[in-house]
Amino acid sequence: MGSITLKQITKSFGATEVIQPLDLEISDGEFVVFVGPSGCGKSTLLRLIAGLEDVTSGMIEINGVDATQTPPAKRGLAMVFQSYALYPHMSVRKNIAFPLKMAKLPLQDRDAKVEAAAAVLNLTDYLDRRPGQLSGGQRQRVAIGRAIVREPDAFLFDEPLSNLDAALRVNMRLEISELHQTLKTTMIYVTHDQVEAMTMADKIVVLQAGRIEQVGSPLELYHKPANQFVAGFIGSPKMNFVTGAHAQKHGAETIGFRPEHIAISQSGGTFNGIVGVSEHLGSDTFLRVNVEGMDSITVRADGEVALRHGDSVSLTPAPDKIYRFDKSGNAL
Amino acid sequence: MARSISRRRQVVVTLLAWAIGLAIFFPILWTILTSFKTEAEAIASPPSLFMFDWTLENYGEVQERSNYFRHFSNSVIISLGSTLLGLLIAIPAAWSMAFVPAKRTKDILMWMLSTKMLPPVGVLIPIYLLFRDTGLLDTRTGLVIVLTLVNLPIIIWMLFTYFREIPGEILEASRMDGAQLWDEIIYVLTPMAIPGIASTLLLNVILAWNEAFWTLNLTAAKAAPLTAFIASYSSPEGLFYAKLSAASTMAIAPILILGWFSQKQLVRGLTFGAVK
Repeated sequence: MGSITLKQITKSFGATEVIQPLDLEISDGEFVVFVGPSGCGKSTLLRLIAGLEDVTSGMIEINGVDATQTPPAKRGLAMVFQSYALYPHMSVRKNIAFPLKMAKLPLQDRDAKVEAAAAVLNLTDYLDRRPGQLSGGQRQRVAIGRAIVREPDAFLFDEPLSNLDAALRVNMRLEISELHQTLKTTMIYVTHDQVEAMTMADKIVVLQAGRIEQVGSPLELYHKPANQFVAGFIGSPKMNFVTGAHAQKHGAETIGFRPEHIAISQSGGTFNGIVGVSEHLGSDTFLRVNVEGMDSITVRADGEVALRHGDSVSLTPAPDKIYRFDKSGNAL
Repeated sequence: MARSISRRRQVVVTLLAWAIGLAIFFPILWTILTSFKTEAEAIASPPSLFMFDWTLENYGEVQERSNYFRHFSNSVIISLGSTLLGLLIAIPAAWSMAFVPAKRTKDILMWMLSTKMLPPVGVLIPIYLLFRDTGLLDTRTGLVIVLTLVNLPIIIWMLFTYFREIPGEILEASRMDGAQLWDEIIYVLTPMAIPGIASTLLLNVILAWNEAFWTLNLTAAKAAPLTAFIASYSSPEGLFYAKLSAASTMAIAPILILGWFSQKQLVRGLTFGAVK
């Protein structure tokens, strides 16, 4: 069991309200990702759920029971921190066993569970080392081991991969997803990286300035962004936005279209411009096209495209993939 | 590139450092040397540095006249007792100030430090009267209490500085792992702060060992530590330099040896937080 319900919760530090009244429903077994730019309140929200911060008002229910005043130790949640937060004076074995020791489990049961968790995470050979003698990826595994060993109702991850190098990050991303499939336990994951959010989540919660902008599955957010912020935040490279006469033609204040939904031709398209920068990745080519009188437009073309700096091109966004936004940025 | 220092400069600086070091150490060395002289040689002019008849008679006489070991054990009990009691109070206090600071935490820290700025003699009479009325005069319990209170601000400040270096996330992790407040302090915070706690302990044992104002004023015979033992040799019957030196040497020897073996910890304690 691991369902979490937030009812009208707020959080203020002094006079600044970092979380505005907010409702959220997380069902048992779901993989939920909180994503948003830095300072949007996503980590604070996670710490409120963990109990490491007290809510200013509102209610947090865990498994249908009011847990607003419950201390973190009694909420039945486990957390993996950005800095790993391992106990430097304990061996890997003792680090993983610590939650079991706190739960006053008999010594034999502790050993068995630690061994089992270590086997899952490929840590068996490192059990007697100290955290200081491990690599970043191994430390991350120990932190996860410490979280899974006592079978919590839900896991909370606070930007767990941001200290790892790019290749390891992709690996750990897969491992965490696999772990979720094996354990089927609720996971709440905080990240500022929309790629992590898109690849891992069942449900994404996009936050900005302490407010929920949209909640939905990754593809819902990609195809039906509720507003300009979500449209710009989800998807890589970022969606292009155009205002003025072009937008008014579509009856909107602003229109948006994704870099992957633009056709390139020699002439006769909607926008004519000059290629500024072209990035060749082999599988794709990203072109930054400078169009007179507006911001540059990013285009993503499949495979190799023989266009270089200074070439003139004509661009046409796919008509059925144009998003329209009103004055306040809401989708029309 | 590392800064290069010329050979000549290196020699000059080394000599200068040795000279300053010797100048600081000289009074202690002179006390130790005098303790091996006869009373006549001790006041001879000009004095001789090493060329005198070495004798142990002062040590014998000092031990005959007063019981060194009773004073020694008083010193050990008072300095260790007050330091341990102080740590017991200071660890939770420093924990709360380092990890759950409130609006006035900084003010409380400054206020505690300000108590060290008051001349102790200003509160001697009230404390003396309190001790008289509660029967604490000339008791080791009384001295443990008063030295704990005297050194508590320093203990709390030192621990506070150490604790602040410990990442709060590790303590939060222990809370998530199910640790109650005392589990957190005993299993996580204290072991991680062992180096800091050790140097706090050492420094405060030394401070308490050398504390003379309160120990001299609040004891007579039963609870008198080594500071009182030294003072008893500067008596109305006349100043006996050699015996006074012997008593001083005996009084500082234990703490000097302790300091020698723990100098690495001590230097770390004294300079902690200065550089990272």
